[in-house]
Amino acid sequence: MSTTVIILFLAIVLLTLVITYFAAKKTQTAGDFYTAGGGLTGMQNGLAIAGDYLSAASFLGIAGAIALFGFDGFFYSIGFLIAYLVVLFLVAEPLRNLGKYTLADMINSRFDARKVRGAAALNTITISTFYMIAQLVGAGALIQLLFGIKYWMAVLIVGVMMTIYVLFGGMIATSWVQIVKAVLLMAGMVIMTFLVLLKFNFNIGQMFTDVKSVTAHGEAYLMPGLQYTEPLGTLSLMLALVLGTAGLPHILMRFFTVRDAQTARSSVIVATWVIGIFYVLTLFLGFGAAAFVGHDAIIAANPGGNMAAPLLAQAIGGDILFAFISAVAFATILAVVAGLVLSGASAFAHDLYGQIIKKGKVTEAEQVKAARYASLAVSVLSIVLALFAQYLNVAFLVSLAFCIAASANLPVILYTVYWKRFNTTGAVTAMLTGLLSALILVSMSPSVFSPIEGAALFVGEPIFPLTNPALVSVPLGFLGGYLGTILSKETDIKRYAEVKVKANTGYKRSGISH
Amino acid sequence: MGAEKEYKQEQKAEEVDYVQVIESKSFRKLMRDRKKFIVPLTIFFLVFYFLLPILTSYTTFLNTPAIGDISWVWLFAIAQFVMTWVLCTIYVKKAASFDKQADQIIEEMERGDNQ
Repeated sequence: MSTTVIILFLAIVLLTLVITYFAAKKTQTAGDFYTAGGGLTGMQNGLAIAGDYLSAASFLGIAGAIALFGFDGFFYSIGFLIAYLVVLFLVAEPLRNLGKYTLADMINSRFDARKVRGAAALNTITISTFYMIAQLVGAGALIQLLFGIKYWMAVLIVGVMMTIYVLFGGMIATSWVQIVKAVLLMAGMVIMTFLVLLKFNFNIGQMFTDVKSVTAHGEAYLMPGLQYTEPLGTLSLMLALVLGTAGLPHILMRFFTVRDAQTARSSVIVATWVIGIFYVLTLFLGFGAAAFVGHDAIIAANPGGNMAAPLLAQAIGGDILFAFISAVAFATILAVVAGLVLSGASAFAHDLYGQIIKKGKVTEAEQVKAARYASLAVSVLSIVLALFAQYLNVAFLVSLAFCIAASANLPVILYTVYWKRFNTTGAVTAMLTGLLSALILVSMSPSVFSPIEGAALFVGEPIFPLTNPALVSVPLGFLGGYLGTILSKETDIKRYAEVKVKANTGYKRSGISH
Repeated sequence: MGAEKEYKQEQKAEEVDYVQVIESKSFRKLMRDRKKFIVPLTIFFLVFYFLLPILTSYTTFLNTPAIGDISWVWLFAIAQFVMTWVLCTIYVKKAASFDKQADQIIEEMERGDNQ
């Protein structure tokens, strides 16, 4: 580890701890802990959404995928971005108007049922756990490479940092860590892009011509088909990406940190610009890495291509830029896992403990205490799981999390706001059908079974052909909700009317206390 | 939304008949306007989005060069980004008029017009 790397690494640790210190002083109530008191501006929350969303998988994974597979690496970028149109058009404003701390609150604004809340909490916990394991295992491997320390130590450092942020500073600390990370990440991207363009004399046409000749793929590098060869598999993945974001609990939770639907809207706009520009820039990083680092050197450092961006930094900016980009990658990981701890903890402490076990009869102090205990438990559990998962191929867990979010959460969100006949049974069947079908199908898929040893979790022939089952499980989630509803008689038009009015007008925003 | 207004809403909450509100003329107009705007645009962006993987999976014509060595598939991909930003901008403009309608409905509810 060079001195510059150590200094920058410590600077990030220090900066985030200072943030946490000030955030801890402001965190008094459950509202502060879960939603930063609901007082973030659109700009702040937009940056925080970007910081929450742009994971190491986006930053390092996509740059690497573009470097190795050309156009196909870009598919993820497109799906991850357009997903925000689904969030903006269909989900963000009703969510803000109906919810309080969690997604379950929003669904329960229509159904006062413990089973509905329980199912929603189960979905949140499942999605956050999968996402978290993927992030932590990836983080461990990356930090191991970037800083030359042992895997367990890397996981522990990230784990302890995220625990400190959430435990002491709750959503206020998490939000500011995410905002700082978003700014650092974008700065890093812009600097790298500038240097790459400089090398190509700011001629984008020239860049395309050059990368065509630098990789072993030749012309094919600039064409689709190097990575995704199964049409249905590609469509299924694209479906999970575009619909999943609108069901990811740690992203949805961010919408409760602003005061009204208008601010929720402006935060999506800010996030969409930042995230969009980010993904356009990944293209330059990927091409730059292909041209100036080279396929073989990228593969040699990490077979998944995750080292492409840091190696490019080294190649075009020397040790200083390498150290900076490594530090940015570290900050990126911290910001995402902190958001995940918070969403997992909210499902345990607010939904399961506060609302289901205690039936809402908890004092403010008890709520904060429960939230803290739950954050600690979620953190410790994630660290333990990540330590055991070191040698497992868990990269598919990110797209699986998107798939579960799209299959289990999105149908129930849309039905709750837009379907008059929808009822309690339908809400439960929608969530459980989506969750189970995604889990069962993926457990029979090539992500879990592969004839080649080490390519997946187990050796064997996959029964289900699609790596990402969204193409089947999303329709099943919608179907489950539909059948559950029409096969049961219950319907509450008054409650629907109330939800409809509140969702669309923001009327009596603070009064969801049935 | 000011604190005072919120307080008034709390007080009024017990008396609001939401079924009547959703059947009121102004609320139905808001729903109609929203639907007319959201549904076609959502269908449009989903179709535009899936057109990319469908075309790259089943056809090869996007692989023909458009500008120098940049083929149509790249232009289509970048068009997805442009579309996202354009739709965001359009949405914000349109949503401002929905906000006005929503404020009107709340006002009517507070006056009890649609009771």
